[in-house]
Amino acid sequence: MKKPLSVLLSLALVVTMAAGCSSGTTTSSGDSDVIKIGVFEPLTGANAAGGELEVEGVELANKLRPEVLGKKVELVIADNKSDKAEATTAAARLIEKDKVVAILGSWGSSLSIAAGDVVKTNQIPAVALSATNPQVTAGNDYYFRVCFLDPFQGTVMANYASKKLNAKKVAIIQEVSNDYSVGLAKFFTDSFVKLTGDPNAIVATGNYNTGDQDFNGILTNIKAANPDAIFAPGNFTESALIIKQARALGITAPFIGGDTWETNEFITVGGADVEGAVMSTFFDDTNPLTEAGKTFVAEYKKAYPDRENIAAVTALGYDGYMMTLDAIERAGSADPVAIRDALAATKDFEGATGMITIDANGDATKNEAIIKTVKDGKFTYMDSVTID
Amino acid sequence: MVVGMTMETFLQQLINGLSLGSLYALIAIGYTMVYGILRLINFAHGDIFMMAAYFTYFGIAVFFLPWYVTFIITIGLTILLGVTIERVAYRPLRDAPKTSLLISAIGVSFLLENVATYLFSGKPQAFPEFPLLTTPFFIGGLSIQPVSIVIPIVAFILMSALLFMINKTKIGMAMRAVAVDYDTAKLMGIKINGVISSTFAIGSALAAVGAILWCMKYPSVLPLMGVVPGLKCFIAAVIGGIGNVKGAVLGGLILGFSEVLMVAFFPALTGYRDAIAFVILIIILLFLPNGLLGKKQVEKV
Repeated sequence: MKKPLSVLLSLALVVTMAAGCSSGTTTSSGDSDVIKIGVFEPLTGANAAGGELEVEGVELANKLRPEVLGKKVELVIADNKSDKAEATTAAARLIEKDKVVAILGSWGSSLSIAAGDVVKTNQIPAVALSATNPQVTAGNDYYFRVCFLDPFQGTVMANYASKKLNAKKVAIIQEVSNDYSVGLAKFFTDSFVKLTGDPNAIVATGNYNTGDQDFNGILTNIKAANPDAIFAPGNFTESALIIKQARALGITAPFIGGDTWETNEFITVGGADVEGAVMSTFFDDTNPLTEAGKTFVAEYKKAYPDRENIAAVTALGYDGYMMTLDAIERAGSADPVAIRDALAATKDFEGATGMITIDANGDATKNEAIIKTVKDGKFTYMDSVTID
Repeated sequence: MVVGMTMETFLQQLINGLSLGSLYALIAIGYTMVYGILRLINFAHGDIFMMAAYFTYFGIAVFFLPWYVTFIITIGLTILLGVTIERVAYRPLRDAPKTSLLISAIGVSFLLENVATYLFSGKPQAFPEFPLLTTPFFIGGLSIQPVSIVIPIVAFILMSALLFMINKTKIGMAMRAVAVDYDTAKLMGIKINGVISSTFAIGSALAAVGAILWCMKYPSVLPLMGVVPGLKCFIAAVIGGIGNVKGAVLGGLILGFSEVLMVAFFPALTGYRDAIAFVILIIILLFLPNGLLGKKQVEKV
């Protein structure tokens, strides 16, 4: 009884493995008329909601522009499981097994940074969509991005805290295992200290790890420090739980954060407690700045009629794909190195989130951020900020 | 920070520690009971806890059942899951080397995590709110959620009931007998399979109660939510002396309090909060290899 079962099970295993391989190989045989672009995103794990939003943007763009140089563009989606170690493997698999000519992603700077060496050594260009940490592109000629950077975002939020909220003392809660969160907290601190002229303007700092659920300890400390506002950049689930627990502890100070909060799950998990939370982001769907932005909004609403608002990272996913295709067209070939050179030379490309010009570091030069707040269970436009 | 800590802040932290520790205790009992009987570390226990959270979520948020019906169904389904896992993944391996059993447990753990990710997506689901239990009341500057008081009370009642069952009832006696000597108990006519199934049923029921209370306090449900609590509660069970029910409760409370108090006294080290669990484990095992209450081995279950 036992033996046939185990034979059967191992047979099933072999069959599934074979199936897994074959689905990959059948398509690569005819690669002369197909251009493959890898989409490298967290689709499971703590960051899954963010990754899914970016994929929506990329897929929408692919539907609108399915061909370049007379060849069909095929998206190969790889799940990096919100895990830095998996991220390296997923990027390597896209390059070595799927033979993609360019990679888009990933949501989460840590995950993008983890894949940095892989794209660099294999000379495959990558375009980060919403990864805002400077380390993503620094010292890496093959990583580009279509969003603004954290030093800018930190300045925007420090200005908001100091000028709009009149905050003198701020507490920081950061996700220590996340390069994005730690980086943004640091840039915010630098800027806020400069604005207030008070080296002790940050009155408390709380650290947590991705996946934590109990924040009562750090919040009790923060309550004792009695800050005017709390800056808590980090993953959306944990941030929503932090705000919930803070309110239960009787903390009334406003919460401000970064672009990663703008996911539906932030609101569903946080409920009434995240009302009034303020964050900076990349794009306002009620007021697109460019023609491409208007097209994107119209097409998105057609594709997802039941969505109430459009996440900024979806618009960036759209831009990343369109900019890469534009580069392939200008390069005149699907050779990764030629695509890289064309991406580096991108100038005044009209994206949904604004005009994109790539600078010497591979970053998009952007000086406008949108500030949104949660109002009546929706992300609502508050302000747009330009800093030169 | 440390010097400036007021009595109020300290008391608040103690309340935080008590409710976290009681949750750890409830889950740790499941580890310790299974270990006591089978000498198996049931690595799937944290994932059984996760599944219980999903059962509750589906009952209330998706099927709109009343909460009391949902709780009963959740506990029932979780018991069924626990007993089925034992029947399918552990019983066929009972005479195999212990390592095979351990690997099977890890396999079940991965299976549950991946099935949950596949079925429920990797995105967090919002656990329904229980305003009666989560709306805080204030005493002076202290803010207390009723659930923070309910958790230790429920944990205490369940533990007392469990100890009564183990010490005073027939099935409890059978459990103790199997724990002391598996083979002899079998020869004495004790129905081993029944005893083991009941052990898994009780452990899973406690995990279900733990999951319901956990989600009331931390209202998000994720496929991987059981991994870290599972690991910590396993540590709690070892600290208290694995195989000993009172030890598991003691270990859970020690772990909960030390995590929260470390955050309270050393705010700069809050990022190392998970590391503290392992540091405590290493220190205790160096001096008391059997855990705090593990030596007597009288009440091993």
